[in-house]
Amino acid sequence: MSILVIAEHDNIALKVETLNTITAAEQIGHDITVLVAGQGCYAVGESVLKIGSVSRVLVADAPHYARQLAENVSALILNIASDYTHILAPATANGKNILPRVAAMLDVAQISDIMRVESADTFVRPIYAGNVLATVKSKDPIKIITVRCTAFSAATIEGGLGSIESIIPVADLGISNFFSQQLTKSDRPELTAARVVVSGGRGMGKGENFKLLEDVADKLGAAIGASRAAVDAGFAPNDYQVGQTGKVVAPELYIAVGISGAIQHLAGMKDSKVIGAINNDEEAPIFQVADYGLVADLFVAMPELAKELDNLASR
Amino acid sequence: MKILVAVKRAVDYNVKVRVKADYSGVETANVKMSMNPFDEIAVEEAIRLQEAGKVREIVAVSIGVSACQETLRTALAMGADRGILVEENEIELQPLAVAKILKSIVEREQPNLVILGKQSIDDDANQTGQMLAALLSWPQGTFASKVELGDYSVNVTREIDGGLETLTLNLPAVITTDLRLNEPRFVKLPNIMKAKKKVLEILKSTDLGVDITPRLMTLKVQEPPKRQAGIKVDTVAALVDKLHREAQVI
Repeated sequence: MSILVIAEHDNIALKVETLNTITAAEQIGHDITVLVAGQGCYAVGESVLKIGSVSRVLVADAPHYARQLAENVSALILNIASDYTHILAPATANGKNILPRVAAMLDVAQISDIMRVESADTFVRPIYAGNVLATVKSKDPIKIITVRCTAFSAATIEGGLGSIESIIPVADLGISNFFSQQLTKSDRPELTAARVVVSGGRGMGKGENFKLLEDVADKLGAAIGASRAAVDAGFAPNDYQVGQTGKVVAPELYIAVGISGAIQHLAGMKDSKVIGAINNDEEAPIFQVADYGLVADLFVAMPELAKELDNLASR
Repeated sequence: MKILVAVKRAVDYNVKVRVKADYSGVETANVKMSMNPFDEIAVEEAIRLQEAGKVREIVAVSIGVSACQETLRTALAMGADRGILVEENEIELQPLAVAKILKSIVEREQPNLVILGKQSIDDDANQTGQMLAALLSWPQGTFASKVELGDYSVNVTREIDGGLETLTLNLPAVITTDLRLNEPRFVKLPNIMKAKKKVLEILKSTDLGVDITPRLMTLKVQEPPKRQAGIKVDTVAALVDKLHREAQVI
């Protein structure tokens, strides 16, 4: 068993999703190599070296890896793929973009979004928005896998004894180019890494009302999420979206505000440790999964919640 | 310019799926089927590009059982010009096999752009577009929320973690759609009648000489453990108290 993990990073720091993916790799086998492809990313590679289970770090540094373009990064992975029995990446926007290309070029299947490792060739993955779990066995010589990060804890960063080396980049294919980006500016933790998530749905009524969520989120150090309905209605940007077609989160605490709880939304948050829900409709399906439900007008309850959290802090 | 759109017949968005009694799969007999919602967005985008005068022809392709003809008729009623069904009634089609079949259709039809949904809402694999692009050695713009088509290149704005990014791709290219790209139109009755007269060609998967053997074996499917409903509290103060003392998460 020889496993390659594709690191998720922004050329400056390693993203926690890499650590979740390494935990999944640990459950498959012990010989773990991590590939850091980027530009000026050697320090990221050095930080990976601190992870106890990682035996080797490969750094590919080139301008055409800076933006993780799928065409170029997949060509790089393909170049070293034959050394490995498994290639894993987190099921992030990058991982989902890059790995199927690698699989197709190797003429093997991809196993998407695994939640459990049964053995080196058998995995559990969600289908139908997580309403069904499928146990699948791969017959391919190389297993290409994306990992649902919320299903695996983060690997510990200690006791690293591995080696680091630079590898030669593959030439820029030149068929795709980065043009621009617009990142949502926020001082809050990232949605998928936050300990607490406060999410709003259609019940928020309009985008400005997300201020009510922000006031509470500020006091809890929480990230802000949204249901697809709220995103479709233009209340919140798409990268806030939690659900089948958005992000999957599993924080310690998830507070659903004005969210009815469609199965597609539940798919993205039902593995949260504790779920609180505030909704004025007592029949809303969200109450069937919530640990603590409050039937109330959110426009009254949210300011009150902010005040109660202040009281709690001053106690 | 010519666009190929791929459309999949899937269990309808609103159906609550049930696992078969022998855990071999999901019950699909007598269940409402419709076009995968992301593929509807793909068809809509192709039509909008055609309406903007940039596209000469839209060819819709579906791969699967005979009933996929209905899915293609929907695409034709929306505005696609012609349909191709690659019929396969026996073998379970996995993303790699679908990508290989699409590749052979692309080689036959020579489109400048292929648009498909980013994932289908049944197997949630999110692979086919990327695999097709790789097999063709074409660039890809996945999870698209905006498409600006030029003569030799296309700018695709993508939904990424943390925001949006725009790529410039050389044509030909593959694009996979995300939710905010557009809102698909409703099909009008006269268009359904008109769609019946449009050409729908039927090929057999065996005619294409492509290896479609499934690579993944599904050992079993089951429902995830159900989350137990908790309690209702009466006041915000009680909610905070429970979260603090009982759950100890704040």
